[in-house]
Amino acid sequence: MLGLNKHDRTLLIIVAILTMCAPFILNPFPTDSGMAQFNAGYPDLMQRFVIFGIFAIGFNILFGLTGYLSFGHAAFLGVGSYSAVWMFKLLSMNVIPAILLAMIISGLFAVLIGYVSLRRSGIYFSILTLAFAQMSFNLAYSVLTPITNGETGLQLTLDDPRILGVSATADGGIPVTSLFGLEMRSTYEMAVGPWAFQFNAGYYLCALIMLASFYLSIRIFRSPFGMMLRAVKSNQTRLNYTGLNPRPYTLAAFVISGMYAGLAGGLMASMDPLAGAERMQWTASGEVVLMSILGGAGTLIGPVLGAGFIKYFENIFSKINDTVLHNWFAFLPDGLEDAVVFIIHPFIGKGWHLTLGILFMLVVIFLPGGLVEGGQRIRRLFSKKPADDGKPAATKPAE
Amino acid sequence: MGILEVKDVNKRFGGLQALGDVNLSIAENSVHAIIGPNGAGKSTLLNCLVGKLIPDTGSVMFDGQSVLGRTPFQINQMGISRVFQTPEIFGDLSVMENMMIPCFAKRDGSFRMHAIENMLNEQDIVEKAERMLIDMNMIDKRDMHAASMSRGDKRRLEIGMCLAQEPRLLLLDEPTAGMARADTNNTIDLLKQIKDERDITIAIIEHDMHVVFSLAERITVLAQGTPLVEDLPENIKGHPKVREAYLGEAA
Repeated sequence: MLGLNKHDRTLLIIVAILTMCAPFILNPFPTDSGMAQFNAGYPDLMQRFVIFGIFAIGFNILFGLTGYLSFGHAAFLGVGSYSAVWMFKLLSMNVIPAILLAMIISGLFAVLIGYVSLRRSGIYFSILTLAFAQMSFNLAYSVLTPITNGETGLQLTLDDPRILGVSATADGGIPVTSLFGLEMRSTYEMAVGPWAFQFNAGYYLCALIMLASFYLSIRIFRSPFGMMLRAVKSNQTRLNYTGLNPRPYTLAAFVISGMYAGLAGGLMASMDPLAGAERMQWTASGEVVLMSILGGAGTLIGPVLGAGFIKYFENIFSKINDTVLHNWFAFLPDGLEDAVVFIIHPFIGKGWHLTLGILFMLVVIFLPGGLVEGGQRIRRLFSKKPADDGKPAATKPAE
Repeated sequence: MGILEVKDVNKRFGGLQALGDVNLSIAENSVHAIIGPNGAGKSTLLNCLVGKLIPDTGSVMFDGQSVLGRTPFQINQMGISRVFQTPEIFGDLSVMENMMIPCFAKRDGSFRMHAIENMLNEQDIVEKAERMLIDMNMIDKRDMHAASMSRGDKRRLEIGMCLAQEPRLLLLDEPTAGMARADTNNTIDLLKQIKDERDITIAIIEHDMHVVFSLAERITVLAQGTPLVEDLPENIKGHPKVREAYLGEAA
């Protein structure tokens, strides 16, 4: 089925179940309980999980297979967002043309940047891509203001033409993004006892596109083309002396991963129709590198896990503040409570980067294969035991 | 006319004349050895044949076409395969994948975008690669990580990968360098077998005289970038110029 082997099919099905049931899985705590702030099942964050999942899956096709470490992938994300917003301004509020244009324009950008950058490999390639991305960022920030609206960022206005749509809604507001009339922001809320689960149209669109992207990436990984890309990583000398030209292979991988990034950027704009230059900054490029390595570069599921992990930290850990901490440790004697809060303070709230940094270091040092390797180790630990308690084995997919 | 014709090739590195007026003709379906003391220019000559270096002057013709100005992969696609001094294989890939890659290169040329094709639909490639592994006596290592094999096996795989491309000329750069005697003899046997079973021209650069005299049908002696003598093996052994070149270096 679908041209996948049994193992890959299982993986795809697990990912499908996880994404489709995400509103439940990510909302394990009742809304009015103290743990509710760890709930991640709200539309905005769930959209970000899958959108960055797409970004990381694409990045992994380049980095995981060919070993070319691009430090400028956020440029494609930004280009995708700008293209999508322009489509909303000029054509209509339908997300499909916006996403298509985002992929096409970012693909063209990737051809240009890849053609130049791929003349070098290793650190020089990374620096070239970084330079291109910073150039794009600075251009978007200043010189290209007519296209990008500079510092303010590109936004929708009431006098945009929108030739296939309306400039303003009947009540004088800016129209919202939609898929053939289905508004991206429309959310169905389901209350079950103390729990509230939110089903958002935009999230499900992103999730379906993520599943399609994931499926495509499995196919690429298992194809002869994927094998050639791994050969590029393994030994370019042998590849050259086997009559194969590494350049078009790497360029194709670069363009594919650039289009994935453009797709992610287009989806971001589709969920929230604005685009700013900061989306192209080098920190954003670095983030996707972290996601891939944290999850497990070169594995299929790793980047998705990494993306989810980092976005969860960014949004949940950063919201814990001292008041929350004082609540948690209220049972301790006063002096001790203050001391504990004082120690934890730098790692939470605005200091979540510190926690993430430490985790990243731990993973790189002790689990070079990322979270996926962690999962495999756990699985091995359990499978060594006698067969009678082998049930937890299937919880975490390998690869 | 040989399959490979080298005419008046010169190559300079700064003040060093690495190759001076090299003329060489390799006859089709022969085994031609190029020997010479260290620094004689053997590897430089080989690199000029495969596109890694471009000679300053002169011409290199393969089967009537010039190879000069072409990149290594283009020259390879013309029918010249090269085995390296240190085996160059795809260490991160399995032995089977190593063997499939040259099969793809032979069938599809230097680039083909088969990004969502299923490997199961490439039965002809799989069969060919398996046949090559059987020929190389390595089918039991099919799923092994190529990097984890012994030096001798890596060499065997590399030669197999070159043969999978059905080249007309196989270039070997010191194929037994750093090998134990047993591995060396295995490699000699393998090369003899290849020569007997296939229509292939073999050019071999070698230090080990045992290897040279067991295989070569014709020998060129290179010294200081210039061919000294070219003759049959039995005439090379006692040739005064050859003795001088080797003993002169040794003394």
